[in-house]
Amino acid sequence: MCNISRRKFLAGSVAGGAAIAMAPAKKAFGANLSGFPDGLGVLVDMTRCVGCRSCEAACNKEQNLPEPDKAFDDYTVFDERPHGQHRRPTEKAYTVVNRYDQADGEKVYRKIQCNHCNEPACLTSCFVNAYKKTPEGAVTYNDKVCVGCRNCMVACPFNIPAFSYSSAFNPIIKKCIFCYDTRLKNGQAPACVEICPQQVMLFGKRQELIKIAHDRMRRNPGKYVETLYGDKEVGGTGWLYLSHVPFKEAGFNVSLPNEPIINNVKDFLAIVPMVLAIWPALFTGFHLLSTKGKSHGHADNHRHDGQEGHE
Amino acid sequence: MANSAKTIMKGALALLFFFSLFMNCYATESYPGEIYIDILANHYQAVVFDHDLHVMVSEGCATCHHHTTGMPVINTYCASCHSADESAATVSCQGCHSKEPVTAGSMQQERAAFVFHDDKPDLKGAYHLSCLGCHQQMGAPTGCQDCHARTEAGDRFFNSGMFAPAH
Repeated sequence: MCNISRRKFLAGSVAGGAAIAMAPAKKAFGANLSGFPDGLGVLVDMTRCVGCRSCEAACNKEQNLPEPDKAFDDYTVFDERPHGQHRRPTEKAYTVVNRYDQADGEKVYRKIQCNHCNEPACLTSCFVNAYKKTPEGAVTYNDKVCVGCRNCMVACPFNIPAFSYSSAFNPIIKKCIFCYDTRLKNGQAPACVEICPQQVMLFGKRQELIKIAHDRMRRNPGKYVETLYGDKEVGGTGWLYLSHVPFKEAGFNVSLPNEPIINNVKDFLAIVPMVLAIWPALFTGFHLLSTKGKSHGHADNHRHDGQEGHE
Repeated sequence: MANSAKTIMKGALALLFFFSLFMNCYATESYPGEIYIDILANHYQAVVFDHDLHVMVSEGCATCHHHTTGMPVINTYCASCHSADESAATVSCQGCHSKEPVTAGSMQQERAAFVFHDDKPDLKGAYHLSCLGCHQQMGAPTGCQDCHARTEAGDRFFNSGMFAPAH
């Protein structure tokens, strides 16, 4: 009687454990977050950018960044190729403008900064929870807890987080925070948006910006490529881009999935705590059952053999 | 005596005719010859816009003034409603383009008033998009300081001039 109920219990627990581990994982944990409904963003219209670098200067002043290597009206920076690539944000510049020369000789300019993802890969990769996605839409970080592990630099699909290599004792991550502390939390547009002479950037609710972007495409047939970059990429980004040249030609990564980066490992990570909770109990149960009544004898024999071996 | 009066009259008429030819439609309207623009007066000195010169070199008022001057509308988007408009009460840039920065929120309000005017740039954007866009096409000067010289505050802002990086 006792044995049968134990067997039933074990069979039940194995079946239940398997069911929990396999079936509902996708539904329960794979659901996509579409960001905060009132999250703010910026629509970048690359057809308007003339590469004046005012946004870089504004960012430098707003964020109290160190003096730049070259003046902000020095346009030779567009010819720089650090490490053989176009410029990317650094600890001294949270945004950079790059020039992409087209095959037909046209010059296309693109501003690069944190895209403020709906589901940021940097945030999920950070083991000290330094990152935060605020309801306003900014991806901010707490530099007091950052340990400088640089996981987020690897995780970011846009190569945005920069590292303070210049600091010998407390190197940490540095990146655009959407002017959260000084502007965004008060509902104000970031400094780069405000300074732009060409009104390249439009600040507002992300959901509203997506509608405006599609209005622009519809009202100006043939002007834009019919894609809004950032609408779907890696689960959607707060900063969205309209372009008149294919995005690949302006240095965008066009091979990104529509799923957030975390979805690659979400199912697996959801199982980990379950495995940790269920498996010890389960296998302890197996062990106790299979060794019931024999364990002492075995242990004695082993000990005895071991002692003999020593002598 | 009568003859000379006639010749004078003829000459005056001819002058008037040629004058009106050069001025074509503009003769009937008064417009400022120079416009003083100082919305970016913090980092840049004010721009003195030579309106007369641009009247001469442009293809017509509608190039910059859209549908407001009573001239044939060029932009097809505007023309779908304003193809046969009389001249409007307001023709100045700042009469329609707001000095306040445009945001998605302000566009929503604009849409409630004029649905097709919602994506109208703010004044700073309108100036630069219109001026610089045309200057690029026409081969006119396109450098920032070709139109507005920087102030000392502007040099500091751009880390340029006497504020340039030392290395």
